[in-house]
Amino acid sequence: MDDKIAGITTEEHFASGHRACAGCGAALMARLALKAAGKNTIVVNATGCLEVFSTPYPETAWKIPWIHGAFENAAAIASGVDRALKSLGKRKDVNVLAFGGDGGTFDIGFQALSGAAERGDNFCYICYDNGAYMNTGIQRSGATPKYASTTTSPAGSKIHGKTEFKKPMPFIMAAHGAYVATANIAFPLDFIEKVKKGLAFNGPAYIQVFSTCPTGWKLGGGFTIQIARLAVESNITPLYEIEKGVVKISKKPSKVIPVDEYLKSQGRFKHLNESEIKEIQENVDENWQKLLDLEKNKSKMC
Amino acid sequence: MDTHIVERLAEFINNGELNAEMIHVESEHSAISAAIGSEATGVRTFTATASQGLALMHEILFIVAGMRLPVVMAVANRALSAPINIWNDHQDSISERDTGWIQLYIESAQEALDTIIQAYKIAENHEVLLPVMVCLDGFTLSHVFEPVDIPNEKDVNKFLPKYNPLFKLDPKKPVTMGPIGFPDTYMEFRQETHEAIIRAKEIIKKTNTEFKKSFNRGYGDGVLETYKIEDAEYAVVAMGTICGTARVVVDEMRKEGKKVGLIKIKCFRPFPKEEITNCCKNIKNIAVIDRNISLGNEGALFTEFKSAFYNQENKPIINGFVAGLGGRDVTKEHIKKAFERTGKTNQTEWLS
Repeated sequence: MDDKIAGITTEEHFASGHRACAGCGAALMARLALKAAGKNTIVVNATGCLEVFSTPYPETAWKIPWIHGAFENAAAIASGVDRALKSLGKRKDVNVLAFGGDGGTFDIGFQALSGAAERGDNFCYICYDNGAYMNTGIQRSGATPKYASTTTSPAGSKIHGKTEFKKPMPFIMAAHGAYVATANIAFPLDFIEKVKKGLAFNGPAYIQVFSTCPTGWKLGGGFTIQIARLAVESNITPLYEIEKGVVKISKKPSKVIPVDEYLKSQGRFKHLNESEIKEIQENVDENWQKLLDLEKNKSKMC
Repeated sequence: MDTHIVERLAEFINNGELNAEMIHVESEHSAISAAIGSEATGVRTFTATASQGLALMHEILFIVAGMRLPVVMAVANRALSAPINIWNDHQDSISERDTGWIQLYIESAQEALDTIIQAYKIAENHEVLLPVMVCLDGFTLSHVFEPVDIPNEKDVNKFLPKYNPLFKLDPKKPVTMGPIGFPDTYMEFRQETHEAIIRAKEIIKKTNTEFKKSFNRGYGDGVLETYKIEDAEYAVVAMGTICGTARVVVDEMRKEGKKVGLIKIKCFRPFPKEEITNCCKNIKNIAVIDRNISLGNEGALFTEFKSAFYNQENKPIINGFVAGLGGRDVTKEHIKKAFERTGKTNQTEWLS
């Protein structure tokens, strides 16, 4: 029996001393995910902040086997690892975990992820979603929220940040028949539970973790957890699972706070006017209602 | 993917003749990426591709070599678009010459089979640890039938023992593969990879010798093969199936009393400079036939072949010819013309 604090093991497989920014959500995400997966795990990492700050040769933060290939192919490499383990007769002994940022998952890595899910390859893919290509300098991705200012969707006088809402990746992955869950670094027990479930699932699992990026969001490093919590309490990033196509909401806020509470503390949203905040609020309400309806109807998404 | 190779492998697996996992990837980019994953986990891995598929792999080819993963891949050489064309030339693999893969070019179906077996032994040698591209002419070799002698499994297992990776992804002994190399370390990685592929030349030759001992078949010294050049004054230089036709041309011209021969370059990477200059000592005129064109310059083999002689005192006259692009037949007449034109031109000529 290892030691546990609030039910979480004290065993660490992701070492401290890496080069992440202060308050990095991705580092916390990796640490928690490995606590869930344990030491018998092989990690595949897409190019991105996590890969860069954790492996400046000859240093590494990974105490378990880890591989990085390129930006858009983490899912395909994970397929190779999964099937090689199968061929060696070791598949049951080892977990395969893949990490990608939202750029490497929603956009450039989407084809490889879709292909792996379609094949039913057996690994848990975790997308740490901080809503932009942070590693390359905060460029807009398919996961960037509407009106967020990024370096390629700047808040200008004519165009006010990103012009589209976020791509609905969890639903897209659910349509592939994968185990799907959304999680949040401010809710570690829920996240750990979902990673364990994803790894135990016999087939592809997709977990999208809302992960604060103080650098990209123009936010103090001390607000990482607070802002992530507000994203759940405002229903901006609800926590839910989709199992066999059926939605189950993991946490319903007892008191839903207005989106403004979440938006106003972040530099990336500071240019927003009232009508834009209203539009975001309406979209959040609509998506939440859709989720409630899906849960209530138990209608299968695949 | 090259369809015939993969289709046959699928049949072998589905009929229980080959104990292997087949990953039905959605693209060549994912094929070579999955190969990274499986090879890194310690499993012998094979893939096949051609043309646009190889071009789609381009980014990842560097990564396979840089991570020192001994993947073996068959490339059924085909032309690149545009215009779209599915037929044979060497533009696809020649365009990947700087990726760090060993490249072996093939003349016959038998040589293709034998070289795939050798390729694993070369790639997995701990002095090498680099991927190997076995380049066989699309259609000319990949889609025609030729009788081949298939060596028995026991002998192959003896020649090529069980895979013994130097490093692998294993929770019992964790390693970090594919870290970021900053400017203070990146260059050493590149230099080590370069030194490994240079080192590979002797391993390729040694493997060819060992193969010859085990199976009574060999292909020159493993990096190049010559035909009737001992007393030749003229030689044609080529890669792949052109060499088969060139052998016939050499025989015919010899009957006419002409002192001609053939130099077949099997190993394009590493480039066998010393072996080339050594076999060309008495040759006066050389015609290099390229099944590719480095647009804006000349055929790639021509450029590299010439470079081997830069520091030599007695240089032969070397001319470049481009032939057989996009599936155009390379006929005996084309090869005869190349022999005739050597020394009479100072620019790359097109045999079309």
